[in-house]
Amino acid sequence: MTTLKSGSVVFENVRKDFGTFTAIPDLSLTIEPGNLVTLLGPSGCGKTTTLRMLAGLEHPTSGKILIGGKDVTMLPAHERDVSMVFQSYALFPHMNAVDNVAYGLESSGFKKKEARERAEDGLVQVGLEGMGHRLPAELSGGQQQRVAVARALVLEPQVLLLDEPLSNLDARLRRKVRTDIRELQQRLGFTAVYVTHDQDEALAVSDRIVVMKDGKIAQSDTPQNLYDEPVSAFIADFMGEANVISCEVIEQAGDLATINVGGLQHKLTSKRAKVGQAKLAVRPGAVTLDPDTDTGLGGEILTTAYLGDHVEYEVETPVGNFFVIDHAVERFLSPKTTVSIGFRNRGLALIDA
Amino acid sequence: MQSGNKRLDYLLVMGLISFLILPWYRVEGGFFAFEWLSNFLSSSDLAPGILQMFVEGRSWLVLALAFFLLGAGARFVSDADKRGKLMVIAGGLGIVYMTMQGLAISFTGWAWTFMDNNFGMLATGQPAMGAGAIVLSLVFVLFIAFGFAERGVMKGDAFVVGSISVLIFLVTVFIFYPIGSMFVGSFQDFDGSFKPDGFFENMQDPSIWSLNCVVGAGRCGVAWRTLTLAVMTGIGSTVLGLAFALVATRTNFPFKKGLRLLTVLPIITPPFVIGLALTLLFGRSGVVTEALDFLFGIEPSRWLYGLTGIWIAQVLSFTPISFLVLIGVVEGVSPSMEEASQTLRADRWRTFWKVSLPLMKPGLANAFLIGFIESMADFGNPLVLGGSHGVLSTEIFFAVVGSQIDPSRAAVLAIVLLSFTLTAFLAQRLWLSGKNFATVTGKGDSGQHAGLPKSLSISVYGIVIPWMGFTLVVYGMIIFGGFVKTWGLDNSLTLEHYARAFSVDFEDGAFVWTGVAWNSFWTTMEIALISAPLTAAVGLLTAYIIVRQTFAGKNAFEFALMMSFAIPGTVIGISYIMAFNLPPLEMTGSALILVACFVFRNMPVGVRGGVAAMSQIDKSLDEASLTLKANSARTLRKVILPLLRPAITAALVYSFVRAITSISAVIFLVSAEYNMATSYIVGLVENGEYGIAIAYSSMLIFVMITVITVFQLLVGERRLRRENRVSGLIKSRKFRMSQEKTA
Repeated sequence: MTTLKSGSVVFENVRKDFGTFTAIPDLSLTIEPGNLVTLLGPSGCGKTTTLRMLAGLEHPTSGKILIGGKDVTMLPAHERDVSMVFQSYALFPHMNAVDNVAYGLESSGFKKKEARERAEDGLVQVGLEGMGHRLPAELSGGQQQRVAVARALVLEPQVLLLDEPLSNLDARLRRKVRTDIRELQQRLGFTAVYVTHDQDEALAVSDRIVVMKDGKIAQSDTPQNLYDEPVSAFIADFMGEANVISCEVIEQAGDLATINVGGLQHKLTSKRAKVGQAKLAVRPGAVTLDPDTDTGLGGEILTTAYLGDHVEYEVETPVGNFFVIDHAVERFLSPKTTVSIGFRNRGLALIDA
Repeated sequence: MQSGNKRLDYLLVMGLISFLILPWYRVEGGFFAFEWLSNFLSSSDLAPGILQMFVEGRSWLVLALAFFLLGAGARFVSDADKRGKLMVIAGGLGIVYMTMQGLAISFTGWAWTFMDNNFGMLATGQPAMGAGAIVLSLVFVLFIAFGFAERGVMKGDAFVVGSISVLIFLVTVFIFYPIGSMFVGSFQDFDGSFKPDGFFENMQDPSIWSLNCVVGAGRCGVAWRTLTLAVMTGIGSTVLGLAFALVATRTNFPFKKGLRLLTVLPIITPPFVIGLALTLLFGRSGVVTEALDFLFGIEPSRWLYGLTGIWIAQVLSFTPISFLVLIGVVEGVSPSMEEASQTLRADRWRTFWKVSLPLMKPGLANAFLIGFIESMADFGNPLVLGGSHGVLSTEIFFAVVGSQIDPSRAAVLAIVLLSFTLTAFLAQRLWLSGKNFATVTGKGDSGQHAGLPKSLSISVYGIVIPWMGFTLVVYGMIIFGGFVKTWGLDNSLTLEHYARAFSVDFEDGAFVWTGVAWNSFWTTMEIALISAPLTAAVGLLTAYIIVRQTFAGKNAFEFALMMSFAIPGTVIGISYIMAFNLPPLEMTGSALILVACFVFRNMPVGVRGGVAAMSQIDKSLDEASLTLKANSARTLRKVILPLLRPAITAALVYSFVRAITSISAVIFLVSAEYNMATSYIVGLVENGEYGIAIAYSSMLIFVMITVITVFQLLVGERRLRRENRVSGLIKSRKFRMSQEKTA
């Protein structure tokens, strides 16, 4: 299990109907070998269906799926060179950890002895040395999760599928396990497809994120690009919160655009701006509040919430309400205070209206 | 296509064996005796298919070979789609042809005279299908299944498609074909010629449909009498069952555990035993009758032998079943509803009438319908107590074994009975489904059930305590009766009955089973032991398919299987002898027909238990197994079955016990060679040998209690062990032995 053969994944015009309901109308997607790609989206967006089609647990209504260049569209799950870590882990409760890990190896035709040795190796890889004789019920949540990962990895699949692997862990463990998974993936270099609805998780582990909505790809990009340059209000809001407001692009010169928001002029980098009406996504942390001046865009504080390391404000302005996160907790503004609004340099993006 | 080729190769080998080696037709002495091996090439009866068609002049079999070769041709087609299509077509044609030729050509030639006229006389006929023909039919069915699998049906899972196809095939052969034959039989004369007169004559027979007891003088027809009895039994057992359920859950009755024991009784009691015990109490020479005569000079009469007697026996028999159903219903009424009612200023009486009872209504209707169906299907009690006032199930029996043998009449009566029970079954499924308010939500409902209003709890006790006493007396009679010399005449105690039934001698260094009961006892054990694992296997496989797979027509599939539960045993019995007495399938007089009957009658219970248990196993376990390179057969074997162990044990015990106690279908199917305990006992009763009959019955009950206790201990132990091994992951709920029990 030192190096794995990593394969590419291609979806070609895949459509999936459940009875009269169309879960995925037309999906085309390519995943490079060795990448960790996250399918991200709200529940019901088709991300799990996509993953299950890749695993062979669902079959597409039409279209093609290729793994490592081989057409697997009609192949049943057990004949595909992929393996999967389930949300519930799905560890067999009547088998101990080693037997769970060895199960897939034995199914693939390994001799009992060799399957066992490889399974023990797999447990070592995930840091569970000496725990092999334990039943799933005798392991902690994090340990169960690692058994599930080991069980999938020992098969040396071309692609590893992870279906919300962290959702059953508590918040603290979640951070550690997601780092472990990423580290393991980098070390062994396998292709991984990761499904989650948590954008922090997606940002933390992915080479590339595919955001899905209503069975379609809303945007597919690197984590940084996705956060900095969302193409739509949906992406902007889904990848960390954003205030979406109307603005006017006054000038476009090279990568630099000048915009006017209710009298406030601001310059920002944008490759896609055109002069005229536009929409602007503003991260809550990119808004500055100044109670002492009244230049530019004026507003009045409606509600406040003190959260220890930051304060949340809702501010009413002529162009709409702003949700603002302010880290200057020592300066706590009370409701009804009038403020002047400004923008920082990062955290703003022009998006499709 | 690797695996596709491999399984097709197996199939082709099977097909070749069926043509070249196995005797094509039924072997007289029994296939498993393997005597055919010695001279199967020389004897015309034992020859394999290939000789039958070319040497013995049964040239019509050539077409079957042709269809087989057509399917074999798929081996050389590489395109999956075309290959699958070819296999489906070859299999379809093959199985249709096998059926047609089997039905059309009988012992002496064409089975139907019009074919003689159209196609000319056949030189030779054919006996019933044997191993070769049956294996080939199975090969054709699997051709279809694998063909569909190659075309991607059920995600290309050949095991699942194969299982579904074989199950449908089996259900068709063992449930729909016999019922169909019975319908055809009602239009036929004894020699098989078409004669609708019998059907119409019987259908309009006043002895079935007369309403004389209402509008004129005399007795009503047997159909109405049966219906009235069923309604009365339904009401009686529901009311008593509700009273028991209320006592068990809503009062501080001290013997609640004892009440629960009651639910085991119907499982272990052969259906006629209650009737038998009643005759010992209230018959002409019964204890009570004689006591009344002695004390008050009340003339002994024959009031017990008629609908009243049957009704008492049936209420005694079926109250425990209704109790079992209603306990769940009464417990299922959410306590917070009752507490809410009480906080809204309603007293206990109003709470009970306006809240609790209406919430139980669907459950009560369900219990009534179960009692109704049970009463309709009951055969044992009416046989013992009916006398000349028979009900449909006994009339059917006497129409084929009595003085005037009239299969058409039996078939008509069976059709009438079947339509009654099926109507009740449909009502239960369609009308009551989804109407259950009393559901356990799984959320902790911490409230307390409201106590019963005083007047109600007094009347409930008033019903339950005497009835419990009565039940105890009746069962006491069963034990005691075996030790009494001649009931009513010579009440001295004796072991003579047991000795006659179960004596064992030691001769020439070996045990000799000299008792009269041993023969049927061992046959019963043998057949029960063979059929129990088969029943469990078929039932659980079906449950797996119903819970875990989705396919077009799944609901119809499930419905058809469950429907077989509503077919009374007598109807199954009469339809089996009508279907399996003549080619193409001849099984009467063999052990095979008994096994088939038990498997397909008891399977629905296995299905139900399996469905309940399997729904509790997380589906992602199967999926995990599939993504770990295990196919569905391995998944079933390695993951699901180990987790289903309690349900498997329950299904095994249940089918074993049911095979021992059932009488209604069995009594048609037993033969001199394979006689079952129950039918032997009924024979004893008919000869008036009550002593031995009762001794034998109590022995059976004792055997079954032992079996159940042993299994319960084994399962209980395993459950504990697993509980602490995997606590939290699976909630193993104990599988309820039976909700319904058909006679």
